[in-house]
Amino acid sequence: MSEDILSVAAGWRDAGEAVAIATVVETWGSSPRPPGSRFAVSESGRMAGSVSGGCIEGAVADVARRTMQDGKPQLLDFGISDEMAWEVGLACGGKLKVFVEKLG
Amino acid sequence: MTPETLSRLQAAIEAKTPVALCTRLSDGAQLLFPEDEAEPGLATAAEAALAADKAANHEGWFIHPHNPPLRLFIVGAVHAGQAILPMAAALGYAVTVIDPRSAFATEERLPGVDINHEWPDDAMAQLKPDTRTAIVTLTHDPKIDDPALDAALRSQAFYIGALGSTRTHAKRVARLQEMGHGEDAVARIHAPVGLDIRAVTAPEIALSIMAEIVAVRRGSRLASR
Repeated sequence: MSEDILSVAAGWRDAGEAVAIATVVETWGSSPRPPGSRFAVSESGRMAGSVSGGCIEGAVADVARRTMQDGKPQLLDFGISDEMAWEVGLACGGKLKVFVEKLG
Repeated sequence: MTPETLSRLQAAIEAKTPVALCTRLSDGAQLLFPEDEAEPGLATAAEAALAADKAANHEGWFIHPHNPPLRLFIVGAVHAGQAILPMAAALGYAVTVIDPRSAFATEERLPGVDINHEWPDDAMAQLKPDTRTAIVTLTHDPKIDDPALDAALRSQAFYIGALGSTRTHAKRVARLQEMGHGEDAVARIHAPVGLDIRAVTAPEIALSIMAEIVAVRRGSRLASR
């Protein structure tokens, strides 16, 4: 993986911020980012990397903010169906799972 | 991710040691393969993920391989070689420029890059190209390019490219065959180097070369000639 989101996020953490990292763990169909792609969010709202083409980063950032407070990891499904809690869809029709965890 | 896991993962990346971060998605438990003990099935899957350089899932675990960066050896500190540097860095390649001519391979022309001033056969013996290495020769000078290509063909490098026209390359192929390389071996060399985008300027040539390396790495149909 060429993009070093992990070290960017670790740098924010070392500077004293709470940080959460989201990682694509599984994809189906035409999801734009492959498994292993990372998206980092800090408590002051800094962001780096991506888990999609920009369709779901807002929703993931909301969950990331909760995760960096309570420390509880979350596994999110996107683009599955309307009944799912996560109604933010992917315009491309792909589906994916994103794991969100607090860093450090 | 605990602070301990984070610092161990960062240490492995820094040391260029292949490592797979394994995460149990149900509760976020993590281990690092091969440093930590993993049950045999997970260990086998982690080994395979590292070999394929591809993330994988195994019985509720997400396996995230972290391999050392791909390497790119540029033989010849020429203008096109300089233009490759920022693109290669952005694409995640660790670049080494090999050029025994000290007038070309200077810190000033190649800021922040590993420079090897040995003759290419000695340089290759030191650097040991492997399956995660791409090699490009740019000098046009058989004294420098030929020993580099000779060593490249005896390695598992995933990409070998040589600058020079079709005619220049035909002569080069004849010389390499005299050195004992068969038809299949010399066919590994991409020449004229780079995708045919009608590149003219040094950055355009750099773009065509990097595009071809990515195409080969990703198995694109553009990679076959």
